[in-house]
Amino acid sequence: MSTPNRRPPPSLTPWLFLAPAILFFSVYVIYPVIQSVMISFLDWDGLGEKTWVGFENYRDLLDDPSFYTSLKNNVIWLLLYLAAVPAGLAVALFLNQSVFGIRLYKSLFFFPFVISNVVVGLIFSWFYAPNLGLLPNILDWLFGTPIAVLAEEDLVTYGIIAAGLWPQIAYCMILYLTGLNSINSELIEAGRLDNAKGFSMLWYVVLPQLRPATFIAVVVTVIGALRSFDLIAIMTSGGPYGSSRVLSYFMFEQSLSEYGTAMGYGAAIAVVLFAIMLVFISLFIVRMLAQERNA
Amino acid sequence: MRKHLSLTGLTVAASLLSTPVFAEELIINLPRSTEQSIEATENLIAAFKEAHPGIEVTWNNFDDETYKASFRNFLAANPPDVVAWFAGNRMRPFVEAGLFEPIDDLWAKAGFNEQFSAAESSMTIDGNIYGVPYQQAPWAVFFNRDVYERAGASEPANFDEFVENCEKFAAIEVDCLTTGTVDLWPGAGIFDLINLRTHGFDFHMQLAAGEIEWTDPRVRETFENWGRIAPYITADNAAIDWDGAAALLAQGKAANYVIGAFAVKTLLNGGMTEDSLGMMSFPTINADVPRAEEAPMDSYHIPVGAPNPDNARLFLEFVGTPDQQTAYNATTIRMPVNNQATPVDDKYLNIGFEMLSTAEGLSQFFDRDADADMAKAAMEGFQEFMARPERMDDILERLEATRQRIYK
Repeated sequence: MSTPNRRPPPSLTPWLFLAPAILFFSVYVIYPVIQSVMISFLDWDGLGEKTWVGFENYRDLLDDPSFYTSLKNNVIWLLLYLAAVPAGLAVALFLNQSVFGIRLYKSLFFFPFVISNVVVGLIFSWFYAPNLGLLPNILDWLFGTPIAVLAEEDLVTYGIIAAGLWPQIAYCMILYLTGLNSINSELIEAGRLDNAKGFSMLWYVVLPQLRPATFIAVVVTVIGALRSFDLIAIMTSGGPYGSSRVLSYFMFEQSLSEYGTAMGYGAAIAVVLFAIMLVFISLFIVRMLAQERNA
Repeated sequence: MRKHLSLTGLTVAASLLSTPVFAEELIINLPRSTEQSIEATENLIAAFKEAHPGIEVTWNNFDDETYKASFRNFLAANPPDVVAWFAGNRMRPFVEAGLFEPIDDLWAKAGFNEQFSAAESSMTIDGNIYGVPYQQAPWAVFFNRDVYERAGASEPANFDEFVENCEKFAAIEVDCLTTGTVDLWPGAGIFDLINLRTHGFDFHMQLAAGEIEWTDPRVRETFENWGRIAPYITADNAAIDWDGAAALLAQGKAANYVIGAFAVKTLLNGGMTEDSLGMMSFPTINADVPRAEEAPMDSYHIPVGAPNPDNARLFLEFVGTPDQQTAYNATTIRMPVNNQATPVDDKYLNIGFEMLSTAEGLSQFFDRDADADMAKAAMEGFQEFMARPERMDDILERLEATRQRIYK
C-alpha cells in the first residue's frame, strides 16, 4: 500500500527551494533599494515632515562641487585600486615556489588582509602623521621637506589608496595562489617542449589557466574600490576640506553623520552610486552567464 | 561599563532581600570619557539617589563621537529619560521634530530663570525652554611662556602686537598659532573669536544665523584679519587632531593655541606647568568693539516619550541646583553655569571666570550657533582658508551659495 502522494507538483519545487533566498533578498536588498529611491525625491531631515520635491535633490547634486570631487575620487580609486590585481599576481608568482619556510612568507604576505581595515587605516595615518610619522621624517631626511600626505588636498586620495592597496594586494595574491595550485602541469610541460619560457610561458600558458582567478580578483577589486569608505572615515573623515571624499562617504556625511540631516540628498547620492555599481555588476553578470553557457 | 555592573549588583542584592526597594526608575544616556567626568557623574548620581531613595538610576555611558552619531537613533526609537546635548541651534532639529520636552514650568518652579539668566536665551527655542545647562568652558588663547621667552616676545596687548610676535616666533622656527582641524571644529573657534573681535557679538550671531551674506565686505574684513596670521598657523593642521596640537604647544613647537579651557588638563599632563602655561582672552582687533567671548555650554534634556518623565524632571531640577553645579564642576574643573554656584579655585578657571563675567555677550560655538549643514560647510571653508588663504574669494562665494540653499 502506498501513502497518498502529498508531494508538491514538480513545477513548484524550485520555487520552494528559492523561497528563503527570495524572501531575504527582497526584504534586505530590493526593498531598501526601492525605499532609497523614494527618499531621494523627498526633502527630509530624518525626523520631521517629509516633503515631495521631485528631482530637486538631483539638481542640487549637479550644482554641488563636493559631488564632482567625490566622483573624481571614485574614478581615481577605481583605476588605481585595479593595480592590486597585477601586483597580487606578481606576489603570488613569487611565492609559488617550494623553499624552506615558504608557508611563513605566505602568511606574512597575507597578514594585511586578516587585520581589520580600521587598523590598516590607523597604521597608515601614523605612518603619514606630521611631525611623528615615519614618512614625513624619511622625506625630511632625504629632501629636507617633510610632507604630511593627509593634509595635502592633491595627495590625500593617493595616500589613502596606498593604504587600501596593502590588504587588497594580499587578497588578490591569495586568489592567484589557489589558482596556481590547480594549474595543469601537463600544459606547462607541453609549453616547455614548444620552447615557451619566461614571459611567453606566463602570457600564453599560465595566465589563460588563471582566468577564473583574474575574473574574481577584478570583480572584488572594482566593487571594493566603489564602496571604499572605512579607510576614508578613519584616516581623514573626508578632509582636508572634503578633498578625499568619495560618493559613499559623501552620502554618509550628508545624511547620517554628526552634522548631516539631509536624508533625501544622501539618498540621491546613494542612488547615483547604485547606478554606477549597477553598470559594473551587470557587465560581470553578463560575462559570467556567457561563460557558463560556453562551459 | 563598570557603572552598569555595579548597578546590576545592586539590583541583584535588592532582589535577594526580596523587598522591592526600587519602585521607580530613571534611565540616563550620557557620554563621559575622561576620568574626572566619570567620577563627577557617579557622584552626581549617588547624590541624586540619596535625595530620592526610591529611584533606581541606570546610566548608559558612551564614547563622545559614538554618542553624537547614535543620538538621533535612540532619541527617536528608544528614548531614555535624560540625555546630554548642546545648547543653541544644535538642539533645534530635535526641538522642531518634537523630540525634546519643553520645561518652562520646571525653570519657573526651581527659580532657574534668575539662576541661569545668562544661559536662558541659549536654552530657548521659539519661546520655550528645553534644557538645563551644567557646565561651560570658555575659549581662549593658551600660550607657552617658555617659548615667548625664547623668542623675546611679550604678551600681546592687541592683535597688531600678536602679529608682530608671530614674526619673532617664525624667526626661531616655532608656529605662532597652532590648531588641529582633522575633526574640523577647532578651526571654528579661531574664526569665531576673530569675527567677534572684528565686528562684535551681534554681527557674529547674525552671520551664524544666516542673516548676513558671506560675501559681505565685513565678512571679508574678518577673513583679511585672519589672513594676517594664516601663514603662521601650523601648516599641516588638517592632519592633526586637537590633542596633537596640544602636544605641539606643550613641546614648545608652537607658541599659542586657541582652544577651549577643557584642554588645560591635557596641556598640564603634556608636561606644562602652571608657570609655563598662560591663558589670555583673544587680543583686541577693533578697540571700538565691546569684548564678547565664546563659552559653549553643555546641557541635560528630557526626550519626548521618556518612560519616566516625572523622575527626569526631578533629575533636571537636581542638577540645576547651585550645590550640584558646584560639586560637579569642582571635580571636572569646569565652570558652573548657575550664577549662585561657586567655581572651584583654579588658576585657569579664575581667568576664564573673569573673562566671561566681564564680556558683552557669550557665543556658543559656530556649530551650535549656526545650522548644522551651514556649520559643516563653513568649518570646511575655515580649514581650507588656513591652508590656502589665497582662495578667500572662492571660499566665501561657496559659503554664500550654501547659505542661500539652507536658509531659503
